[in-house]
Amino acid sequence: MVDVAFQPNRVAGAKSARKRSSLKTALKRKSTAAFLMTLPLILLITILVLYPAIYSLHLATLNKSMQRFIGLGNFEFLFKRDTFWLVVKQSCIFAITAVVFKALIGFIVAHFVHNIPAKGQRKWRGMLLVPWVIPPAMSTLAWLWLFDPSYSAFNYTLSFFGIGPIPWTGDANWARFSVILVNIWYGAPFFMIMYLASLKSVPDQLYEAAAIDGANWWQRIWYVTLPMMRNIIAITTLFSLIVTFANFDIVRILTAGGPLDHTHIFATWAFRIGIEGSDIPLGASVSLFMVPILAVAAIFILRDVNKRGNEA
Amino acid sequence: MASTAIINKAAPTRAVKYGSMSRDRKWALRWSYFFLTLFAIFSLVPPLYMLITSLKSSAEISAATNPWWVFHPTLENYIGLLTSNQFLRFFWNSALVSIFVVTITMLISVPAAFALARMRFWGSATLATGVFLTYLIPDSLLFIPLFKMFAVFGDWTGIQLINRWYVLLIIYPTLTVPFCTWIMIGYFASIPKELDEAAIIDGASWFQTLTRIFIPVALPGLIAATIFAFTVSWAQFLYPLVFTTSNDQLVLPVGIITSLIKGDVFNWGQIMTGALLGAAPPLIIYAFLMDYYIAGLTAGATKG
Repeated sequence: MVDVAFQPNRVAGAKSARKRSSLKTALKRKSTAAFLMTLPLILLITILVLYPAIYSLHLATLNKSMQRFIGLGNFEFLFKRDTFWLVVKQSCIFAITAVVFKALIGFIVAHFVHNIPAKGQRKWRGMLLVPWVIPPAMSTLAWLWLFDPSYSAFNYTLSFFGIGPIPWTGDANWARFSVILVNIWYGAPFFMIMYLASLKSVPDQLYEAAAIDGANWWQRIWYVTLPMMRNIIAITTLFSLIVTFANFDIVRILTAGGPLDHTHIFATWAFRIGIEGSDIPLGASVSLFMVPILAVAAIFILRDVNKRGNEA
Repeated sequence: MASTAIINKAAPTRAVKYGSMSRDRKWALRWSYFFLTLFAIFSLVPPLYMLITSLKSSAEISAATNPWWVFHPTLENYIGLLTSNQFLRFFWNSALVSIFVVTITMLISVPAAFALARMRFWGSATLATGVFLTYLIPDSLLFIPLFKMFAVFGDWTGIQLINRWYVLLIIYPTLTVPFCTWIMIGYFASIPKELDEAAIIDGASWFQTLTRIFIPVALPGLIAATIFAFTVSWAQFLYPLVFTTSNDQLVLPVGIITSLIKGDVFNWGQIMTGALLGAAPPLIIYAFLMDYYIAGLTAGATKG
């Protein structure tokens, strides 16, 4: 546009045109380079994440031999089965209870670690994070052995207090308790470490001001700590909700869904039907039921993460 | 330290007040230590129990003596596993998969993070958000369509990928790359713009800016991302369970569970030894590089 206005001055026009074209190529080079650098990432996400996600929608509409389109037939079939509703119930109980306790325990432990002199904190933090470091498949084996019906070390210890042998994985309710307990054991350290990091970022002046105003410890937590940590608590909880809801390892190894499908959650049941029972479409439909809750949690996380980005 | 000492010396008249405050503080400390000890016991019981059981002979385990104590410590479980070709094969497969996955992850995510953090281009902001969203998609949602995809791919091209350990090299990056890219974007974005502007003015290409400036400056982030990628690929259980079945293709977590548990016969001494050996690499990395490990954990949420 500017060039057109200065048309009479040909030399200047040619000069600026050349300048602009060289700028253009530079810009082009930069964006080409950027595109090439992100290409593997884009390909990976498109082929191995986005495509399978859409493909599972397609799979869910096929019959067992995957030759005929049956629309929502798989979902109709699922809605009529009692086991499906058992799985829905158990998934919600499992995820919500585990996340609430992980968040609470993580918060409490983070406060205790924050309370002690800075010199010893490293050591305690190191010990308390161990459950998160061990691969869950390996540590769940240790729990399975601790819960063993005939050699349970817990029952051995409890027998001294006169508490009879507890069927940790044999009885439906105890099995539900056991998978949640193991999940809490595994996940609480993550909350602890996140809270500890954010506790350290709360300015001391705020606590001093609160102390001068006569706030007791509960008021200090309620009016100073929690508001300052609100964002990190939200992100951590939602993230953990996704991971817990989609959990597979712990339930699979500890109870494999038993006794009588009472501890199945979406992931383990989808595996049982889709891979072990080789009814891939039905398995895909089961795992699709995780999507709504994951999507809601993801939207909220994204909102919080973006908010955080804007503040910084 | 020094200032409190000076205050104490300068104001001896306030000693009484300090005394009562410090008495409260002392009790708070005692309670903290008490509960921390409880939680530490809770955290450490399973790994310690692995260790205790791994030192027992199967005779001692089935005799049902005090489970918390080893009366006749023996290394027979360790010797048994470390001389078994099958177990060594699992270990080797796991190591191979993890090392390759870490390399692939870094090769994909570091350049991508650099481009997303520094070169604004059409759709870069959307892509960065997309990467974060991908990180939130769990493995248990994708294993069925992926399984079917690879089966169809095998039918079409004749390249059999299912039940080969290297299929994991294709699948694991979906778990590691999004998070590593995300934290590397955070680390790269915190590098001052002047640094790479100076490099560009001196005539460095984009590639040189990345290798000579960004990677050295963001090395802590790179280490944290590497540790994350390694621990995720070492610990992954669902994908190898779905995609590999033959004994010579299994990785450690699946191998221990499918080969050491034969029907209803649980050889607990060996299982616990295997689990402990499987947990050892992440634990060793954690012991030596705890700060990087924690940086990687917390970076996801604090570097946005």
